[in-house]
Amino acid sequence: MVVIVDYGVGNLYSLKSSFSAIGVEVVTTGDKSVIEKADKIILPGVGAFRDAIEKLKATGLDKVVVERAKAGVPLLGICLGMQLLFDKSFEYGEYDGLGLIKGEIRPIGSVIPKELKIPHIGWNALTLSKPKSEIFKYLSDGDCVYFVHSYYGANCNEFVTATTEYGANLTASVQSGNVYGCQFHPEKSGSVGLSILKAFCEL
Amino acid sequence: MITKRIIPCLDVLDGRVVKGVNFKGLSDVSSPVTLGKYYSDNGADELVFYDITASSDGRALFTDILKEVASTIFIPLTVGGGINTLDDFDRVLKCGADKVSVNSGAIKNPNLILDAAKRYGDQCVVLSVDAKRVEGKFRVFAKGGRVDTGLDAIEWIKRGVDNGAGEIVLNSIDTDGVKNGFDLEMLQAVTEVVSVPVIASGGAGKIDDFITLFKTLPKVDAGLAASIFHFGEVKISDLKQELYKNGIPTRIIKE
Repeated sequence: MVVIVDYGVGNLYSLKSSFSAIGVEVVTTGDKSVIEKADKIILPGVGAFRDAIEKLKATGLDKVVVERAKAGVPLLGICLGMQLLFDKSFEYGEYDGLGLIKGEIRPIGSVIPKELKIPHIGWNALTLSKPKSEIFKYLSDGDCVYFVHSYYGANCNEFVTATTEYGANLTASVQSGNVYGCQFHPEKSGSVGLSILKAFCEL
Repeated sequence: MITKRIIPCLDVLDGRVVKGVNFKGLSDVSSPVTLGKYYSDNGADELVFYDITASSDGRALFTDILKEVASTIFIPLTVGGGINTLDDFDRVLKCGADKVSVNSGAIKNPNLILDAAKRYGDQCVVLSVDAKRVEGKFRVFAKGGRVDTGLDAIEWIKRGVDNGAGEIVLNSIDTDGVKNGFDLEMLQAVTEVVSVPVIASGGAGKIDDFITLFKTLPKVDAGLAASIFHFGEVKISDLKQELYKNGIPTRIIKE
């Protein structure tokens, strides 16, 4: 069973539908006992880091997610959900994340040329690290995915599984063992995105 | 490198896609779900659904259709038409919209952009502007392009961005439906004053119009059109191949 962790951030309609489209049954829940039984866990998120981590902690779901990840259950963080996996974020202050990926979340404005627009919104190409991460087994270099973000994963080189070029090579995805993260939105990235979710479900 | 987006716009009335020429003389085209899926499969980078229904029954039908679209098509969806309050934002976002486009609603209540951007983030709020030349200036028109608001378009757009609009759709009434190319002069005036993405709308009649748009104005992020796609005059997959051949960054869908 695949579980989408619902901790009150953002709208999960498209994400839920994208799993139905690949024929995978998902449960969207904030119930710890259900998350504990999951074979795969999806951590979504949109909005600000602080809000999200506070909500995760207030519901106690942070502990369940970390505990299941450490027990070896495949975990996929999407967009802000990926950022939450990191040690800390510097979005409007300094906040601790879940500590599952070593590195930190920093503003893209500090590494890209001034004339580029922020947020980085739109379809951009992936450069995949070798060997390919298992969740990218259906992808080729240059495949485009949909991004919407103003912050990125920094100082996490050894965990980077794909980058995207936007005035600088930005972290597009990370992996540390069974913990995966995508800065982009697979559920909004057409057939390429769906193939990533499919590969994750096949782990 | 970020790619230039090609966006078909689907005007929806009573559950069906329609398109007017110069905003008048609407004609039926097709089903929103079927047409949206077709575009997505052929390389559309985003879809805009514009609800032109006035009745509340029609509005409920629109949100039902939106749900069906969002569970079938997995690319970004922008929804506009009849967005006057935060409740309207809520209603369409819950049905799977990623961005919400405001037009007349922002003219009636300029705080709408500010409030929505605070609640949902700048990236979620699109300011759509229908503009037309009046006495040598670009003027904002309301009610589907029928009423001159007296607002200066450049000032209005600047204000919208200051309030948190994360993207601008600029529709030139002067070129809309004429099919002789986008309004490069008007678009340039806007790209010079804002730092958020600008989507060009109104006037595309052929593939070359998109190439001219992106080559002349590299700051324009996307091209939007309706009837030329709906009537099959331009196939999105062909358009993208031509953009690619002309060195314009574009997303090509693999067979």
